[in-house]
Parts: sequence; structure tokens; C-alpha cells
Amino acid sequence: MSSLRSDMQDYKDLLSKYLETKDEAILYQAEQFSKQSIQQNISPDEIVNVHYQALKDIYPDLHEQIEGSFKFLIETMISYGLAYQEHQVLREKQIELKSEIGVAANMQNTLLKTSVPKTHAIDIGVKSVPAREMNGDYHHFIKDEQGNVGVAVADVIGKGIPAAFCMSMIKFAMESFSENQIYPQWILDSLNRVVSRNVEQGMFVTMFYGLYDVYTHQFYYASAGHEPCFILRNETREFEEIDAKGLLLGVESAVKYEQLNTSIHEGDLIVLLTDGVTECRVDGRFIEQEEVLNIIKEHEHLNSQEIVEYVFKYFERLQDFQLRDDFTLVVMKRNSSLSV
Amino acid sequence: MKETVSSVVIKKEWDIVGARQAGRQLSQELGFGSVDQARIATAISELARNIYLYAKEGEITFEELYDLPKVGLKIIAKDKGPGINDLSAVMEDGYSTSGGLGAGLPGVKRLMDEFDLVSDEEGTKVTTIKWARP
Ligand SMILES: Nc1ncnc2c1ncn2[C@@H]1O[C@H](COP(=O)(O)OP(=O)(O)OP(=O)(O)O)[C@@H](O)[C@H]1O
Ligand SMILES: [Mg+2]
Repeated sequence: MSSLRSDMQDYKDLLSKYLETKDEAILYQAEQFSKQSIQQNISPDEIVNVHYQALKDIYPDLHEQIEGSFKFLIETMISYGLAYQEHQVLREKQIELKSEIGVAANMQNTLLKTSVPKTHAIDIGVKSVPAREMNGDYHHFIKDEQGNVGVAVADVIGKGIPAAFCMSMIKFAMESFSENQIYPQWILDSLNRVVSRNVEQGMFVTMFYGLYDVYTHQFYYASAGHEPCFILRNETREFEEIDAKGLLLGVESAVKYEQLNTSIHEGDLIVLLTDGVTECRVDGRFIEQEEVLNIIKEHEHLNSQEIVEYVFKYFERLQDFQLRDDFTLVVMKRNSSLSV
Repeated sequence: MKETVSSVVIKKEWDIVGARQAGRQLSQELGFGSVDQARIATAISELARNIYLYAKEGEITFEELYDLPKVGLKIIAKDKGPGINDLSAVMEDGYSTSGGLGAGLPGVKRLMDEFDLVSDEEGTKVTTIKWARP
């Protein structure tokens, strides 16, 4: 408040100078004054009062009507003052919330961390980027004792914090499964029971789960209502869609999931993704799935990590660097036996 | 040490104006500046309107406080209405039905120097004080 008093003197000086000279430079100083006042949390009703007091000092015999009009103005400014102060408090709260969410997002990253398995049979690349701070997409790798690789790609219907909670639960459920039980059908059956038991109605998860047998080069897969995935066949240079029937996780507890398998040949490339990749919208139109696949095809010669990084950069730019949806893309390439 | 006590019954919307008038008169006499007078009047409005809206009937009481050299005005708003359920929610910014106008009970607390609120099924009592800046 004491600073208000010294500002009051400044204000009075500025005002009387301005009334004499009508100088633009003084208006500029007035602008600085108002910024300073905001920084010091001085509310608009106080500014009006400062003006009124200054005016009375400069013109001691101010007309009674003018005085009355200022009292009237102060009265009408009181609610603006309150709204301003509330705004300040809410702003501080928002900053606090934001930093809490930042901490939570970091925790989520740590919790959901999964490392890409190293195996000579396949080259794996993965890119997962949340649209907002918390990621509603999830991917997970498992390597069993024989060296076979399990891969999950999932998407929670819903975003933000609730979705993140749900994902953490799925991750811990998956970790509790033993390393010998990594067949897709078994995993989805079990996860579905966990999700239906623990998640409120209205929160659903889609998942595609694949198991790559590094000895027979069979790829086993099952899907819980997830996007189809794709295999770029080396022989035909065409993409083949792979999909399996199955309800979303959490809809019904007693569902059996279908499990299919396909042979992977040298140079074949498996693409797993979430709908953030195929449904990313640019200027009101959806990017066609084909566009994604074409880009992958064009960059097939790169290694898997380079491919996913490239695709991500491409889409980030298309969307003006503002992702609308969480983005998760996994690429697995069977190495040719010569390079082993 | 307290002196003169006066009160205004709130029953009709018009009584809100009467309470403001009484509060302004007293605050003028106690030497409050124009901004503080306006703040006190706004606080009285909020309290009286809550009585009028939610309790239908009640009373605003004024006490002049002479805690020399400090001089102040105590305002008590009392009713036998249904009371307020969740006090901490009500006192949270952004809660009032007017949402984002910064008014309501948190606004009263800001406008005044001291604030206390007691409420149960028997009714509500808000006590607030504003001290005159010497
Ligand atoms: N005297 C009272 N008796 C019963 N309930 C009350 C009383 N005063 C306030 N309340 C309850 O507390 C809530 C919050 O009151 P407050 O004055 O803060 O905001 P509001 O009246 O809802 O909106 P505003 O005052 O901003 O127009 C009210 O909606 C009402 O339910
Ligand atoms: Mg109210």
C-alpha cells in the first residue's frame, strides 16, 4: 500500500504534465504505469480512485458534480476489482495445476517406460508422442526366455489424466504376466478381465498385440477393437492389412479373442500404429491411411527407428507442429539372414 | 470497545438498498475513504442479497468499533434460513453461481478486513469487519 502512495505522486505528476502539454511521451509513461500497477496487483477501482484524488489535488475547487461522478464511477468499478482479484488467484492456481500435471507426466513416462528388445532377427523402431502432456497411447515390449518378442500397441478412448491412470494399470497387469505366457490371445483375454474389473464404465481400451517368433518367423496377433496393422511384403512391394476380430477391452468380461498368425519373410516390414497416426486431421481432411503407408514405403531402406522418426516429423509438420491426437508408431523389419 | 448498534431487516429486495444506505452513512461518519465506502456497500449488497435469495428473511446489524487509534465497522448478516452445506466449496474462488464475477462470499472476504462464517440447518451468520485506514 505504501508503494501505492508513491505511485500516487507519480500519477499526479504525469496527469498534470499531460493536461498541460498533451504530450504523447507522457501517454507512453501512463502505459508503463498501468503495466506496473498490474504487476503490483493494484485493481482497477484503486486506479480510478488514484485518478480522482490526483484530480482533486490539481484542481482544489473541483466541481461538485465531477466529484459525485467519480464516486459513482468508483462504485461501478468495485466489481471489476473483485473479478480482477479472483482472476489473479485462479491464474496462480492454474500455474500450480500445470506444474503438477507436468510432474505427473514425468512420472507416467518413468512408469510406462519400456525398452526396445535387441534381437538379431528383427530391427525394431518406435515413436510415441502425446498430443497433450499425458499420453493416452501405450506401447510395450516383452522378450521371453527364448528371445521371442511380444509387442503391444494400445489406445485409451479418452485423453489426459484418466487415460493415463488406465494405462498405468494395464502396464502393471502386463508385467505381472509370466514370461512364458505371451501368446496374444492369452494376453488379451487376461487384460480384458483386468480392465472390466477395475475400470469404470465408459473407459475403453483398444489394443493390438503381436508375438514375433524369432525361430519360425511366425507373427501371432490378436486385436481388441484396435486399428488394423500392416505388413509391407518384400516380394510384392504391397501392404497387406492384418486384423483380428475382438471387442474393445473392458466392454465385457467374458470375451475370447481370436488369434491369427502369418509368416514373415526376409525384408518384410510390420507396421503397428494407433489412430492418432491414421486419423490425424489436416485442414479439415483426414490424412489417408495410404499416405502414411506410402511414406513408410518410400523410406523402407532406412532402419526402423529412422523410419518412425521420419514419419513423425512429416506429420508434425503437416499439422503445423500441433498434434491433435497421441501418436504411436512401431515398425519391425525382419533382417535378411545375410546380415546376421 | 463497541458503541452504537443499528440494524436493518431484510425481507424484500428493496431492503438491500436500505442496508447499503445505512452502511454507507456509518462508514462516512467513521471516516472511510471513497473506495472503502464503495467496498463496504458492495459487501453489504452481497450479504443482503444472499439473505433475500436463500433465507428469504434476516437481518444486517452494524456496530461501530473504536479500538483506538483504530476505528472500524462490524457488519453481521444473520438469518434462520436453510444454511450452507459445503462451506469450503462456497469459499472457493470461481464457485458462486455468478461464476467468474469474483463476487459472492469470497468477494465479501476480499472486500473486508476480517471475515467469519458460521452456518448450520438453523441458519447462517456472517461476521465481517472493515478497519478505516488512518
Ligand atoms: N444466507 C444463506 N443461506 C443459505 N444459503 C446461502 C446463504 N448465503 C449463501 N448461500 C449458499 O451459498 C452459495 C454461494 O453464495 P455466494 O454468495 O458466494 O454466491 P451466489 O449467491 O451463488 O452467487 P453471487 O453472489 O455471485 O451472485 C449460494 O449459491 C447458496 O447456495
Ligand atoms: Mg450471493
